[in-house]
Amino acid sequence: MSPVASNPPQPGSTDPSVIRNFCIVAHIDHGKSTLADRMLQNTNVVASRDMQNQFLDSMDIERERGITIKSQAVRMPWQVDGQDYILNMIDTPGHVDFAYEVSRSLAACEGAILLVDAAQGIEAQTLANLYMAMEHDLEIIPVLNKIDLPAADPERYALEISNLIGVDPDDVLKVSGKTGEGVEALLDRVVSVVPAPSGTVDAPARAMIFDSIYDTYRGVITYVRMVDGKLSPREGIRMMATGAEYELQETGVYSPDAIPGKGLGVGEVGYLITGVKDVSESKVGDTVTTKNHPAEEAIGGYSEPQPMVFSGLYPIDGSDYPALREALEKLQLNDAALSYEPETSVALGFGFRVGFLGLLHLEIVRERLEREYNLDLISTAPNVIYNVTTEDGTVVRVTNPSEFPEGKIMEVEEPMAMATIIVPSEFIGAVMELSQSKRGQLDGMDYLSEERVEIRYWIPLAEIVFDYFDLLKSRTKGYASLNWQRDGSQVADLVKVDILLQGDTVDAFSAITHRDHAYSYGVKMTSKLKELIPRQQFEVPIQAAIGSRIIARENIRAIRKDVLSKCYGGDISRKRKLLEKQKEGKKRMKMVGTVEVPQEAFIAALSTDTDSK
Amino acid sequence: MLPEFVAPAVNGTDRTFSLYVHVPFCVSRCGYCDFNTYISPDLGPGASHESYADTAIKELEFAAEALEQSGVDPKPLHSVFYGGGTPTLLAAHDLNRILQRARELFGIAPGAEITTEANPDSLSFEAVGLLAEGGFNRISMGMQSSVSHVLQVLERTHNPDNVSAAAQWIRDASLDLSLDLIFGTPGESVADWHRSLDAVLEVRPDHVSAYGLIVEAGTKLAAQIRRGVYPNTDPDDQADKYLATEERLAAAGYRWYEISNWAYDPHHQGIHRSQHNLAYWRDQDWWGIGPGAHSHMAGVRWWNAKHPAAYASRVLDNISPAIGREVPDDEARLLEKIMLGVRLSEGLEVSVLRSQPEPDAQIALAETRRLADQGLIEPAALEDGRIVPTLKGRLLDDAITRQLAGF
Repeated sequence: MSPVASNPPQPGSTDPSVIRNFCIVAHIDHGKSTLADRMLQNTNVVASRDMQNQFLDSMDIERERGITIKSQAVRMPWQVDGQDYILNMIDTPGHVDFAYEVSRSLAACEGAILLVDAAQGIEAQTLANLYMAMEHDLEIIPVLNKIDLPAADPERYALEISNLIGVDPDDVLKVSGKTGEGVEALLDRVVSVVPAPSGTVDAPARAMIFDSIYDTYRGVITYVRMVDGKLSPREGIRMMATGAEYELQETGVYSPDAIPGKGLGVGEVGYLITGVKDVSESKVGDTVTTKNHPAEEAIGGYSEPQPMVFSGLYPIDGSDYPALREALEKLQLNDAALSYEPETSVALGFGFRVGFLGLLHLEIVRERLEREYNLDLISTAPNVIYNVTTEDGTVVRVTNPSEFPEGKIMEVEEPMAMATIIVPSEFIGAVMELSQSKRGQLDGMDYLSEERVEIRYWIPLAEIVFDYFDLLKSRTKGYASLNWQRDGSQVADLVKVDILLQGDTVDAFSAITHRDHAYSYGVKMTSKLKELIPRQQFEVPIQAAIGSRIIARENIRAIRKDVLSKCYGGDISRKRKLLEKQKEGKKRMKMVGTVEVPQEAFIAALSTDTDSK
Repeated sequence: MLPEFVAPAVNGTDRTFSLYVHVPFCVSRCGYCDFNTYISPDLGPGASHESYADTAIKELEFAAEALEQSGVDPKPLHSVFYGGGTPTLLAAHDLNRILQRARELFGIAPGAEITTEANPDSLSFEAVGLLAEGGFNRISMGMQSSVSHVLQVLERTHNPDNVSAAAQWIRDASLDLSLDLIFGTPGESVADWHRSLDAVLEVRPDHVSAYGLIVEAGTKLAAQIRRGVYPNTDPDDQADKYLATEERLAAAGYRWYEISNWAYDPHHQGIHRSQHNLAYWRDQDWWGIGPGAHSHMAGVRWWNAKHPAAYASRVLDNISPAIGREVPDDEARLLEKIMLGVRLSEGLEVSVLRSQPEPDAQIALAETRRLADQGLIEPAALEDGRIVPTLKGRLLDDAITRQLAGF
């Protein structure tokens, strides 16, 4: 009964007709990894008894040793009707920030499992990746997961899926990654419906890079999907976009551990090791060919990663600046999309302006810097890229409010995004109200089922980056799911709002915002700072200004009493220690002009507030 | 035993030696109070209303012996101060016995100020007479306010009308009278504070201490404010009341000589200032008797076990009740001298700042000119080599300290 392959074909000599390359498109908590684990178990790639403890444990140890643990693609043997097949399961990032990486992963496949939680239905991000998979002409296998859950409603969501992709509801497979129910049937379905890869065996080699990661011991590991020809160890290879040439040190597949082999042939999925130290030399989407018989044309679809969101990252302790630089250098080895350049701020000292693919990317990088490199960081409000045309026609690219040109501005162009929101229909009003207040324009609305609706808004990226998602979640009781992609740009009435302390601009608080929102931003920041900055010996005006025009103002009144009334015998040590503590605290004060501002005030003012919502 | 450097620093110098006696008992605990005081009249052997005087006397004897063994020459007491708690909860006879033993062990300098704190309700005509006979010449009474709703917030249980009666007994016995006041209590209006000042000026004490209320962490009042029972104290309100205090008291002939202290001295003769408290602020030496009491000798500070039972058991077992000691380094000593000196009308001598190594001395001297420019210290006094806070500077005294200490 168990159709596990007994003598599976070997890497480098696998007939393309028995290869099935597929990925799983799923929302983050819809059970993708549980299902993937179950597949590894059913295909005997990992012994079932070892599944939980041994396999996962060894990954932890590997993680501790700094060895790469991600298996971006796993080769699984599977037998149907006595025929051995090779299934390559390719991992796809789930998040919109990594849309380009997703598209390259999808381009490496011929089929996609659309995995949907049978108790929750499809989510916006899944939908976006599904559409992308359909654009790549992938064969879609709709699957409802978690059918073992009491709350599962497979009939209802099968209908939703069938409406969405135009299949018969009865063709939606029902599985449970947890119990294993339906998983073998799913593997059989992959074999029967996913097309075998097509490619020319004797053509010059072409392999598409769909991921590359940095490994402390081995350097960069490049994941490829062979399209034409063959790549073998010790061959000279060339990256067609960058032109870089290397000697191929090793090829192999993961199953799930790395298995070095004699090469990779048409349709196969595996890894290359070249001794390259930096992932930016092995770019996702690039085509690998051989030095001696290079292909004429690269596989299409390559593009450079484009940072869309920028934020200043500063060490809270200024002496950590070199450590932050080093940490960013190391992270960049593993993250080709990360870009940064040094920046200084009056308020925050030395730091870096860092470009990210999106907010999640920002969060991931920040968290890694804090966790893996033990840095305490402060980040400025995220920023998109504006094109500002001044009166004399010069166009300035602004990634930081401090770059916003002074003087008369002809126009400001801001990046736009198409946002897709999926919500229960009762929240349509709330979503529309929020989106309109965030300057969104309704693009369309479709009912996925009677209760769930997909709403599309063309909306400034800056608003999404700012607080749109948080507000969306809170106004829909957490039900809304959001996806967005860059979609053109628009000219808008945007202004730079500066925050001034006693007449001095505090650069960290400058923001580019729509004129209609400038006032509320000004009021919010001035009143926030009034609470956060301790009273000084003189009155400190806090102003918000557009250019020279003041739009909001608060005053920190001069401190009138700064003395402990009592100081007798036993109080002397105590009072001295109090003063000594103030002396320590003074070291964390930053001077803005003559105003002393505790670092905590900057941090608190920059951190997104939950109370004001 | 004291460190070896103490005796040469004290012997043959004009450093004065004072005595503090802590009495850790009260009838009830006030909501704002974080002093080391207890309601129970009997906290164990040597720590009850009846037995405490003997314990204190035993520590006095220990003190005399320790000073002698440390090579410190005996000096007659410059001042004696009984604080608490409520010292007058002990029998006047017991307070006198302690004083008598101190007189035998150390001697008392001619004209020495001998004070006890008292609660208006725990004082009697007879007790005042006995204390005067025993050698006390000054009583410091905890009045705090004359307004009953303010006293309620403070949880002071005394009857405000008793203050004037007690004041009269003190006068009749020819003792000096000081009144302790608190301003800025939650719920106290400016008019309320003026009513308290009216009452003070009616009594006409020789000395007034008036503190802005400090809400100490861990007190009942702090918890009440946290829970919103009372509003928090407002520094601006306290500043206004401080200025009102200065204005009213000065007009009535009282002169400030420390941030929170005024002496009745209409002709500027320097009289009625508390010699004992000045000893603290002038960085003089004193021995503190009793649980939790702090002592200071020539830059060495130490303190006794806090709980009366723990304190008493150590004393009764012939173990020093001191449980902690610090010898602040030069930088910390300088900070102490600055913070104490700039609280006084006699001021901090500029020479103290000059004694630092360069460039710190030059920086501090430059700060003195800046402070004068800012209107925080008296320019004329600075010319005379002293740093004396102006009225504005008194309210920002900690800022003066920080500036002079270089932070």
